[in-house]
Amino acid sequence: MSVTTPNDARITVSAEEVATAPVENRERTILGLTAESWARILFPAIIGLLALGAWEWAVRANDVPSFILPGPIEIGRTLIRDWHTLQISLWITLQITFAALFVAAVLGLALAVLFAQSRIIELSLFPYAVILQVTPIVAIAPLIIIWVDDIRLALLICAWIVAFFPILSNTTLGLNSADHNLTDLFRLYKASRWQVLMRLRLPTAMPYFLAGLKISGGLALIGAIVAEFVAGTGGRASGLAYRILEAGYQLQIPRMFASLVLVSLTGIAIFLAMSLVSHLALRHWHESAMKERR
Amino acid sequence: MPDIGVQDTGVQAVTAGPPVVTLSGVGKRYANGTLAVQGVEMAIGQGDFVSLLGPSGCGKSTVLRMVAGLIAPTTGRIEMAAGGDAGSSISPLRGGGDVGFVFQEPTLMPWGNALKNVMLPLRLAGVAKSEAADRAAAALASVGLAGFEKSYPRALSGGMKMRVSIARALVTKPRLLLMDEPFAALDEITRHKLNNDLLTLWQAERFTAIFVTHSVFESVYLSRRIVVMAARPGRVVEDLTVDAPYPRGEVFRTSSDYAAHCRHISAALHRAMGE
Repeated sequence: MSVTTPNDARITVSAEEVATAPVENRERTILGLTAESWARILFPAIIGLLALGAWEWAVRANDVPSFILPGPIEIGRTLIRDWHTLQISLWITLQITFAALFVAAVLGLALAVLFAQSRIIELSLFPYAVILQVTPIVAIAPLIIIWVDDIRLALLICAWIVAFFPILSNTTLGLNSADHNLTDLFRLYKASRWQVLMRLRLPTAMPYFLAGLKISGGLALIGAIVAEFVAGTGGRASGLAYRILEAGYQLQIPRMFASLVLVSLTGIAIFLAMSLVSHLALRHWHESAMKERR
Repeated sequence: MPDIGVQDTGVQAVTAGPPVVTLSGVGKRYANGTLAVQGVEMAIGQGDFVSLLGPSGCGKSTVLRMVAGLIAPTTGRIEMAAGGDAGSSISPLRGGGDVGFVFQEPTLMPWGNALKNVMLPLRLAGVAKSEAADRAAAALASVGLAGFEKSYPRALSGGMKMRVSIARALVTKPRLLLMDEPFAALDEITRHKLNNDLLTLWQAERFTAIFVTHSVFESVYLSRRIVVMAARPGRVVEDLTVDAPYPRGEVFRTSSDYAAHCRHISAALHRAMGE
């Protein structure tokens, strides 16, 4: 076939088009972080140090007894002194929180996919998910603790109930948010239900799922702590919440604060971990993971 | 433009082949009662470049989507000629692939790079990953995007995204390429460049093209045949031929021949809109 196409001069993209493409804004970095990131770390840190200093000063200047309000230095000392007991509790709380978060993520995702497959299933089950969500966990926890023999399992269930709803509702929303033109495109190429799910709906739902995961991480910790407060059991298998209760009964306020610090740090660590996961998963394509661009 | 002094070797025959798509008495009434299109009779010849031109609301996009099979007509029939066109060396795909579609927006998957996006139709049809990647890379190169395989849509300009979209539509070597105002959102310089590149691809790959537009200039520049539609209800009012030879380039765009065609089509469009 000798089709002479005189403008067969190979097609090339014009420099003009390439020039208008968005480029990533590369900022100068100091020790691997941009000035913006340093500001984001340093300014809150300065505020924190100032507040701690003021606290310590106020406690000393007014001779506040440590069973009312211990100063940060004493809390730090207690944290180191009681580290052995506290780290066991920390470990238990972490286990329950992450187990609950994992189950919430898996079941939330699975249920959302199920909902996405059939409107009838979604309509029939979604209200119950809402009921589970709106009933305060403190109110159901005693029942669950009575019904479930294994206290660790009971705590896990409580934490899961609190954590799973954001994942379910976000992922359901995401699965139903596929671009309608892309949906048409998949239809044009006669994609199977499975292909549409795997190649279109799940990727679309990814940012929604990750946003849900970020919320649920914090909620799983809250669920685990609240449930343990309700359960109030001591012994080997007790987490940080029980340490707080116990220290309160014994008026060991510095220890109470030390446990509290660990709970907060756990929450922060979970949030940072989820943010990192989200950033790594979306950095190439989603607006939320993009640095400012020109 | 020194290379335009073409003898008849480079001039594509002005006649189109046997019909690839035939629309008979096609109408579409939407569920809300709107009559979008009524009584469309049209046969699109093999290898032709046809524009559907009309004001907004004339149902040109509806016709295109019906031809694609994305929506079903409420009356009439749309028939596609049996596949397996003799000139094609590519084995027919399971599922779709006989028809390519380019939307007004690039409609790329933001989570996949250019190569992944172009591979999609092949992967959906069950083509093995490595073969799909090779063919997608070739399609990207054919639209001028060699070297941009790994770029994500976020990092591409509007024109480049549209090129990816065209590469994706052509990667299955479709017999029919449907385009729904694909360049409407682009600036004029980019649009002209893409118009030229589209014609080059059309001449090289020999697909049949149906191009929806509301621009008289674009339709005259590209098409061999222009179907003018009117609104309320959407219907075909005129069916005109642009008998200028291909290849068309910047010389054609500034010729008096082009201007005359534009005047002629513009008048038809005004008649369609009821003056």
